[in-house]
Amino acid sequence: MAKSNEPIWWSLFSAGGVVAAFFFPVTILITACGLSFGWISGEDLHKLLQHPLSRLYLLILISMPLFHWAHRFRYVAMDLGLKSLSSVLPFVCYGTAIAGSGMAVFYLVWL
Amino acid sequence: MTTEGTKSKEYIRPMPSNWWLKRRSYFLFMVRELTCVFVGGYALFLLVLASRLGDAVGFVALLKNPLVVVLQLIALPMVLYHTVTWLNLTPKVLVVWRGETRVSPILIAGVHYLAWLAVSVVVLWIVLM
Amino acid sequence: MAASDSTRSDKMVALEVFRYRPEEGEEPFFQRYEVPYVDDWVVLDALNHIKNEIDGTLTYRWSCRMGVCGSCGMMVNGDPKLTCAAFVRDYYPATIRVEPLNYFPVIRDLVINMDDFLDKLTEVKAWLVPKEEKPVSEGEYLQTPAELAKYKQFSMCINCMLCYSACPVYGQHPDFIGPAAIALAQRYNMDSRDDATDERGEAIFSHEGIWECTFVGECSQVCPKNVDPAGAIQQAKVTATKDWYRSVLVPWGKKKAKTT
Repeated sequence: MAKSNEPIWWSLFSAGGVVAAFFFPVTILITACGLSFGWISGEDLHKLLQHPLSRLYLLILISMPLFHWAHRFRYVAMDLGLKSLSSVLPFVCYGTAIAGSGMAVFYLVWL
Repeated sequence: MTTEGTKSKEYIRPMPSNWWLKRRSYFLFMVRELTCVFVGGYALFLLVLASRLGDAVGFVALLKNPLVVVLQLIALPMVLYHTVTWLNLTPKVLVVWRGETRVSPILIAGVHYLAWLAVSVVVLWIVLM
Repeated sequence: MAASDSTRSDKMVALEVFRYRPEEGEEPFFQRYEVPYVDDWVVLDALNHIKNEIDGTLTYRWSCRMGVCGSCGMMVNGDPKLTCAAFVRDYYPATIRVEPLNYFPVIRDLVINMDDFLDKLTEVKAWLVPKEEKPVSEGEYLQTPAELAKYKQFSMCINCMLCYSACPVYGQHPDFIGPAAIALAQRYNMDSRDDATDERGEAIFSHEGIWECTFVGECSQVCPKNVDPAGAIQQAKVTATKDWYRSVLVPWGKKKAKTT
């Protein structure tokens, strides 16, 4: 048995867990209720998100939680009996997180 | 018995595939783990919003869509469960020693809860002002 | 162990006990026994009553009967317990179901095969490897109370294996090193006199080591000595991660893994 390279995924999972824990509840509150309750107009929110810091905020809130999902889902899928997929699950999960992060960089930084 | 040199057949009890339904603590563990689906889902939703940063009409239309609102209202308690279970476990990972005693786990978790509230208030304030 | 007359009454309590007699049949079965209800008895007392008075063929492990040896672990109504610490009065008048510890092979009746656990204790080098071997004439290894405090909780493990019976990961993946073995590895890793953290890392910082753990936390819930193996494992994850980043970002640094 050798030392594993798991720490890279676990540290991304932890970072994502922290980001989701601290920022998701309030952000969901805003995107779910903000327009319906008239707290902010759609146009104003759209303008606010153009700002570089908003883009950074969105980038972190997309990328890190995706890695959180990937690592946790990879393990829970096996707990739920999908052991036959155990060799392919890491690629699918981390691959999705990497792809999603890449797309976020494209939309938020490149464009 | 031992002189014969044969080992008796051991009985292996199989673990049922619905093991996580058999115990309350296992079930709550599974709920906690499955909150990651809602975390990942909302992250993807934010990605779609990000893709509409150049399209104000599409951006607002997505946010005003009733199905989208309902899905988020379902995700919100799940994400809150993630937050609460995550913050409660911080003392297990963040171990701080002062001499011979450990800083109280309640203090460690409490500080994290306060930080969460502070961060949420700041974000709300920035958006609504 | 006979209770005094003042605690005996005419009340009886029923035990349903898992039996497995490999020389008599392939399948296990449950056998029902009625024992006197004595309000200061523990489940171990009831088992001893059965063996002494009713059925001498019942086979099980026990020793100190006071919660320090770790021998009498069994499933009592589905919970891993030391039977010397499970009071009959907490279950009475319901029937008490006694089974062998979960997730271990059953040799006979309530006796499980614990070789896997013992092998793992060797694998994680659950003993002190001093920084410097000193002859006795050179005196003691010195340690401050603060240094002792860092590992003391993990040193309380009595190897009872209740944590393995609570861990669904071990139940599904028997090659998982497991809570107690990792907690004991940490006990030595965090001992200031020890120098084998790096060596132990080969065993515990591996896929079958800490990285199988998904922090269910049930191990710490059932531990009779409050060792908190789940906490030990999470601390080990932090150590392993810091060590990994150090080796990746500063690969020329020849330092061995440090336990922070």
